[in-house]
Amino acid sequence: MQDVEPSAPSSVRTIDIINRRLNKRYRAEKRFKRLGLAAILSSLLFLGLLFTSIVSQGYSAFVQTYILLDIHFSRDAFDVSNLAGADYNGLIRKSLQSLFPEVRDRQEKRMLNGLVSSGAPFQIQKMVMSDTSMIGSTRSVWVPADDDVDMLMKGRIDRSAPEAERRLKDVQLGWIDGLRGDLRLKKKFNRIFFTSGDSREPELAGILGATMGSMYTLIVTLLLSFPVGVASAIYLEEFAPRNKWVDLIEVNINNLAAVPSIVFGLLGLAVFLNFFGLPRSAPLVGGLVLTLMTLPTIIIASRVSIQSVPPSIREAALGVGASKMQTVFHHVMPLAIPGMLTGTIIGMARALGESAPLLMIGMVAFIVDPPGGILEPATVLPVQIYLWADSPERAFVERTSAAIIVLLAFLMVMNAAAVFLRSRFERRW
Amino acid sequence: MKKSIVVGLAAALCVSGVAVEASARDYISIVGSSTVYPFATTVAEQFGKATRFKTPKIESTGSGGGLKLFCSGIGTEYPDIANASRRIKKSEYEQCREKGVKEIVEVKIGYDGIVLANSKNAPQMDIERKDLFLALAKSVPDPANEGTFIDNPHKTWKDVNPALPAVKIEVLGPPPTSGTRDAFVELVMDEGCAAFPSIEALKNTDKDRYKSICQTIREDGVYIEAGENDNLIVQKLNVNPDAYGIFGFSFLDQNTDRIQGSKIEGKSPAFEEIAAGAYPVSRPLYFYVKKAHIGTIPGIEEYLAEFTSDKAWGEEGYLTDKGLIPMPDDERLRFADDVKSLRPLTME
Repeated sequence: MQDVEPSAPSSVRTIDIINRRLNKRYRAEKRFKRLGLAAILSSLLFLGLLFTSIVSQGYSAFVQTYILLDIHFSRDAFDVSNLAGADYNGLIRKSLQSLFPEVRDRQEKRMLNGLVSSGAPFQIQKMVMSDTSMIGSTRSVWVPADDDVDMLMKGRIDRSAPEAERRLKDVQLGWIDGLRGDLRLKKKFNRIFFTSGDSREPELAGILGATMGSMYTLIVTLLLSFPVGVASAIYLEEFAPRNKWVDLIEVNINNLAAVPSIVFGLLGLAVFLNFFGLPRSAPLVGGLVLTLMTLPTIIIASRVSIQSVPPSIREAALGVGASKMQTVFHHVMPLAIPGMLTGTIIGMARALGESAPLLMIGMVAFIVDPPGGILEPATVLPVQIYLWADSPERAFVERTSAAIIVLLAFLMVMNAAAVFLRSRFERRW
Repeated sequence: MKKSIVVGLAAALCVSGVAVEASARDYISIVGSSTVYPFATTVAEQFGKATRFKTPKIESTGSGGGLKLFCSGIGTEYPDIANASRRIKKSEYEQCREKGVKEIVEVKIGYDGIVLANSKNAPQMDIERKDLFLALAKSVPDPANEGTFIDNPHKTWKDVNPALPAVKIEVLGPPPTSGTRDAFVELVMDEGCAAFPSIEALKNTDKDRYKSICQTIREDGVYIEAGENDNLIVQKLNVNPDAYGIFGFSFLDQNTDRIQGSKIEGKSPAFEEIAAGAYPVSRPLYFYVKKAHIGTIPGIEEYLAEFTSDKAWGEEGYLTDKGLIPMPDDERLRFADDVKSLRPLTME
């Protein structure tokens, strides 16, 4: 029957052919939907993997091990006219000594003192300087523990490894267990991480400096790129004549959006540092470079949002006698602003995560004091992450991840703001 | 809206105006090697906390990039100190002089060992530099044909030397931009190369060829350039017990529970062995100070004093905790003396 089918077309009904094709088309659609879903799910999976790996490595950096020491601020240790000159390290050594009086050997004493962070004396110094009345008394103070102790408490050092392969020796483990038994060793919220600048000691390192640097850099970027970007977009959309020069400018703007960011860094080095003589490592220069980088993004987004304002609005405004300028600023701009802001926020988020162009202008640097202005040397969050990721100390691994968590949180807030603005204010025609 | 544009532009103009005026610098600016970076930053931090001066700013630019910046001229916009994981080159010294940087004080701070390491889960290797050359060079002498060279055919360590394990050669190391790579080439490849008479013979006849044979590392996937991040190499060694990694001693020092250094010519890369000069692959670290800036930029002398104090670079100083191998006592005294008298470097 089927063999003769081609010679007898009248026996096949058109509706069957259509039905067969229809099934095929349905199947194709289903297949496409499944593929799409699979694509989304796999990207979600990778995102999930990224988050779990970063969070599982980094969450522990938000707590830090502290040691409770009873420090006796004896009167003869201080000269009131020269508080900075007192031997604060000695105070800490003495108090450790009183906890473990059996330690006599010089080498062992060194190891005992090694349990406390090298930042502890400066903490004590600050305490005394802010309140001299404690001289003569004994106070219990929580001081940060050394990063090796911290890693042990967080289970990132294997106790069962042979002694020679551990950074903490058997006697030190004994002291740590003793301190723990006396409730003198405790994990507390890591305030230092949020309130101090960079440090070579993981237990003293914080992201305040980098966050301030990022903030100053972004302020400069925003102040420059938003007005310039919006003004260019308005001019190109509303005022510029249609000719080949404008076309050329348009093509170049689109090209600029795709230029690798390191190129902007080189440009910044050549123009801002070498030609204008602006200071190295300053957020001002960083902001200028990032402005160049974000400008195309803002211009393109702003133009799209101006284009989406229907011509009827302009015509109506012109029709009641508004000038071109009034039309643009009173009627088109208010409707286009949400889209412009969205583009700006996305550009800013990109600028926040950028480190390559800053390498060239000296912002990849070790800077301890948080910057106080746009001319003081500073670094930014992604650079801080890069610098920590390259540090040999193991405790920096978790700090790196923690800094990434903070950076991701900022990015999420910014992107959420963009989405919110879009859904709240954007009008559709 | 119009107003905000005007205000924004005005603000930008003011800001750039201020910038040009603000040229006085009250902190020390340091640039240079990423190998010296962890040590210099430790000293800088200590210095910043313990004195009334601001903490110096330290950029990690690499030795070459740092010296180039350092030698660009005299004035507050140029760095005061350059860190280097090798000695300053004659050409760099000349360039410095040309730009008016006439007096430079050289400070050697100690040594850094370069280690070949693998996972603790595999046996420790004892290898000679000659064999490392055979394992990693791009072209090696043809054993069948004296005086000619072939592409490196060695697949396993056993192919190189029957005494070594029958494990695939897989080495993760720094890229050519890195100072560690330069030092590795100089201290391992060049030295290993010298063990072959057929290559030595080239030295007199064809110097360029000699250099390229000794210093070119193979590119057939056996040597994997792992970027500048040494932590990444350590992590990869953990996962793959057959792989070896090349990096600085401080990374071995921090990870002794996971990785072990291979012995080179029978010497293991332990602190004492490197300090005694017995371990063959170690290099000196330096920094250079611009004498003209002393007195203009506050704190340089005090920073030098902190760096060259026994509590920093001494045998039990805090820099040894960071992995620096201190110099022997007499050498340390000599350099501390040079620093005190600020004796400028001279190069013939």
